[in-house]
Amino acid sequence: MINRIMIFLAVLMIWSPPLSAQTGPLRIEITEGVIEPMPYAVPDLVPANSAAGELASNIARVIASDLSGTGLFREIPANAHISRITSFQSPVQFSDWKAINAQALITGSVSVDGAGKLVVQFRLYDVFAGQELGQGLQLVGTTEGWRRIAHKVADQVYSRITGEGGYFDSRVVFVAETGPKDKRAKRLAIMDYDGANVTYLTDSSAIVLAPRFSPTGDKVLYTSYETGFPRIYELDVASVGRRVLESQEGTMSFAPRFSPDGRQVVFSLSRGGNTDLYVMDVSSGSSRRLTNAPSIETAPSYSPDGSQIVFESDRSGTPQLYIMAASGGEPRRISFGKGRYGTPVWSPRGDLIAFTKQSKGRFHIGVMRIDGSEEQLLTASFLDEGPSWSPNGRVIMFTRETQGAQGRASLYSVDITGRNLRQVPTGTGASDPAWSPLQN
Amino acid sequence: MILLAGLALAACTNADRFNEDTVELNGAQGSAGDPTSPLYFQETVGDRVLFEVDQSSLTGTAMATLDGQAQWLTTNPEYTAVIEGHADEQGTREYNLALGARRANAVQEYLLSRGVAGNRLKVVSFGKERPIEICSEESCYEQNRRAVTIISSGLTG
Repeated sequence: MINRIMIFLAVLMIWSPPLSAQTGPLRIEITEGVIEPMPYAVPDLVPANSAAGELASNIARVIASDLSGTGLFREIPANAHISRITSFQSPVQFSDWKAINAQALITGSVSVDGAGKLVVQFRLYDVFAGQELGQGLQLVGTTEGWRRIAHKVADQVYSRITGEGGYFDSRVVFVAETGPKDKRAKRLAIMDYDGANVTYLTDSSAIVLAPRFSPTGDKVLYTSYETGFPRIYELDVASVGRRVLESQEGTMSFAPRFSPDGRQVVFSLSRGGNTDLYVMDVSSGSSRRLTNAPSIETAPSYSPDGSQIVFESDRSGTPQLYIMAASGGEPRRISFGKGRYGTPVWSPRGDLIAFTKQSKGRFHIGVMRIDGSEEQLLTASFLDEGPSWSPNGRVIMFTRETQGAQGRASLYSVDITGRNLRQVPTGTGASDPAWSPLQN
Repeated sequence: MILLAGLALAACTNADRFNEDTVELNGAQGSAGDPTSPLYFQETVGDRVLFEVDQSSLTGTAMATLDGQAQWLTTNPEYTAVIEGHADEQGTREYNLALGARRANAVQEYLLSRGVAGNRLKVVSFGKERPIEICSEESCYEQNRRAVTIISSGLTG
């Protein structure tokens, strides 16, 4: 159902400049509070043959959409360009790009052969230094996977200029929603991070909730009411085959999440009205209880090294965030602000916890350090919840639901600086996004 | 005294509303005039109890309704029940699932304490997934913070 597209990266050795160019002046420090977006140009790539004509333009548009979508870059549109790039090999007229203040210039070529093989080459230039930034790269894939190639080029550009890992060649699994609030139909869907290539993974015959990727992105855990009771399922993304993972009679299970090595699943299990955390060994299916308290313990998330778990508990009387060892034991509370805290998610960098906060009738997505300090609220609305981290830990995607009888859920993303709040296009209503790791 | 008055009023209202012989609402079967029918249970005994914000303890009104449920279940032993716990939309999805589980369990415990056999009752939480009222105001929220006893025939499996 979903084709795995193999992409091969190869370094092109073409009068490449010394690596020291990477430490040149073309640089965005995205830890700074406010930045002026860096102006750049990405003219249509040069088609090496007539079959590549349309893709040459489409690939440039996706690269531009990725870069400008970060809020860190600002594209100088083609109608302002002085030079035309008509040959990938010819020297660049830097003066023409300086004149329009394009600090970065991306050029490329595209060729397509009769078998549908797509070859893209690109270079990134530091216009004001008059040299390349990093080496030219060649990416090989299929015409069907052209968007992935474009995302990979954009990831390279983003990475070279910011010094951070990219996140454009990634996917999002989410719950597609249709119908009114009291009869909402939900089904699992997967798409590229930018909303392209939506594919449905389940039908809407049963309520499905909160999908989560495995560390390699090929499996998804989710909760389904297929049997009439909430149970955790594991779905294989490629085959769409699924199996129930947890089905103890007389219990309900939900809020699953993989450990970073993919061998364990931590989840919530309700029995006799009490919800505690359990961990399951995926290969043997055996479960072990991690918490044992009359309070609600839910929404667990592992630290990237797998040694700790952050979760939500109302043991203090209101829902707050706690961290404990992955093997269980006494948790320590990390949230102390006014309000109710939930759905904590450990950043892939390990330094921050994203969470949902309810305060004074509003919902917020926020981040705090793992000791609970430096809490920052990034959003505010009638209902924001369920943060998920981009693979590089710079962006958070979440659910925003509007108020009232016509209320509708959509996906939004926001930088961890609180800037660049954007709706993610999904067609139908959408909730519970989970961002995949960067694809191979 | 107050509890009894509340019950009498509810019964009266329901009787007025359901004087037609055969009605089917939310899948409940049978005739509203037949005291052994699931529809009678739903409409006359009262199939749901409501909860305060973020609470799962039973109010006096709720306990009076559940006394009626327990009595009906005792006199109609061929039926089983699934108790659905629900929450309003103010809260995260996961917390509300757990809260709905608490509410369904509170109802189950009460029915058990009134002599209903444990093997006739199952519980499930829908969290905030299935509101019956869809506005974003307290008038709707108070109807959505509920536990509903759904009657079915045969074993709950």
